Amino acid sequence: MANYMELLSFGDSGWGDELANGVVVTVTLALATLPLGLLIGFLIAVAKNSTEPLLRNAAHVYTTIFRGLPELLTLFLIYYGGQMAMSALWRLLFGHAFEVNSYLAGMIALALVFSSYASEVFLSAFRGITLGQYEGAYALGLSRSRTMLLVILPQLIRLALPGLSNLWLNLLKDTSLVSVIGLTDLLRNTNIAVGVTKQAFFFFFVACSLYLIMSIISSFGLRRVSAWAERGQGGH
Amino acid sequence: MTYVDAPSTERPPAAARRRWTGARVAGLLLMALWALLGLSIIYMLVVGYDPEEIAKYGPRILNGIWVTLHLVVLSILLGALISIPVALGRLSHNPIIGGIAFGYSYFFRGTPLLAQTFLVYYGAGQFTDALKAVGLWMFFRDAYFCAVLTFSLNTAAYQAEILAGAIRSVSSGQWQAAESLGLRPFITMRKIILPQALITALRPYGNEVILMIKASAIASIITVLDLMGQTRYAFSKTYDLQIYIWAAVIYLITVEVLRRLWEMMERRLTRHLRR
Repeated sequence: MANYMELLSFGDSGWGDELANGVVVTVTLALATLPLGLLIGFLIAVAKNSTEPLLRNAAHVYTTIFRGLPELLTLFLIYYGGQMAMSALWRLLFGHAFEVNSYLAGMIALALVFSSYASEVFLSAFRGITLGQYEGAYALGLSRSRTMLLVILPQLIRLALPGLSNLWLNLLKDTSLVSVIGLTDLLRNTNIAVGVTKQAFFFFFVACSLYLIMSIISSFGLRRVSAWAERGQGGH
Repeated sequence: MTYVDAPSTERPPAAARRRWTGARVAGLLLMALWALLGLSIIYMLVVGYDPEEIAKYGPRILNGIWVTLHLVVLSILLGALISIPVALGRLSHNPIIGGIAFGYSYFFRGTPLLAQTFLVYYGAGQFTDALKAVGLWMFFRDAYFCAVLTFSLNTAAYQAEILAGAIRSVSSGQWQAAESLGLRPFITMRKIILPQALITALRPYGNEVILMIKASAIASIITVLDLMGQTRYAFSKTYDLQIYIWAAVIYLITVEVLRRLWEMMERRLTRHLRR
């Protein structure tokens, strides 16, 4: 037992600091992806809600692709494909190769996946807002963008929040895939620890527990956000 | 995985008709972008066509598809079996049984599948002697079996939630009516509750199968040569991005075909509910 505590200690002999750094990378990656994914997802949902069939179909193609591909494959396509494309471009422009950042590649791939799911969540939230809200805003003389910002969006957040909470928890778990392209997130650092100490079961169990703690903390946070979003709804 | 056409009703009153609205221009541009992307991929596949490479890696990829398929089917079926006791536990009023089932489900749904896979595959290596003593080492030594075990345990947690939720969604009046007819709980469950619950569960089950197909790519990381594994192998030998594109096309087709088949099946099974 003392042996295990030592393995987890901070400092040169233990792996506590490496794991903590991994947690920081995992959390910041997820947090950095979130706004990007939300923004793209929202725009895609608006496009899907459009009366213009061309725009609607373009948005549906996006969802079909990024929801149908395994997350791992999306990641590799972005990482290696981006590497090749950027290298070709860079060699043309500056005459030397280009190294794609695995953090950036991971962020883009995760945002693509997150946004394709988020767009469906936003879309069904759009459906929950009655026509009367648009008509009321129109009757008040609000422009279309003001209607969206002041009338629709506040209600949309409340309706979309349960779905988005689930997607956030998925995102947190999906960040683990980025360890495969070499980003030193929690899982990657755990792998390194296992490679040195040969205590595979112990370290992976610790990693799983840390992921679990992250999602428990997220759940508490999301409950607070949900209570905030539901204020004025008469319920609790 | 629902697709519903956007309703045209939820709109403010239509403005005066214009031929070139912003939405149309945006739609046209985005569609052109997709077409360009699609054409460049087709161009890449045609120009990069290499019979030698196809002869070399084609059979491996086909074999990979086969491995992916039985990996998924086996995991889903085993997961369905494991999910039954877990779902019953989730529905149980006994706090200990309920707590265990909740803990199981929370652990497998709250941690990444990749970490779980590592836990089983590499974690088993730590107990080599003990596993050898009980004769299970043959099983845990093989990455494929470890993948099946992890995926089954993982999907069982999700399937249990689906099943428990569906059973909860059947109104308690059904239970009471069956009880007043003198039916035993087991018969009530089998003949009255489950048939209604499974209709509700149909769509989430379909989603779970699709998620499992996608998640099965993770097996490639612990050296299982499924579709993703063979793709990664071929890429590591050739550095040819086409191989990933082919894999993407295969995954997309598989998922899309399955989604449509499932939709058809669902429509057929729920035809008595439509008016």
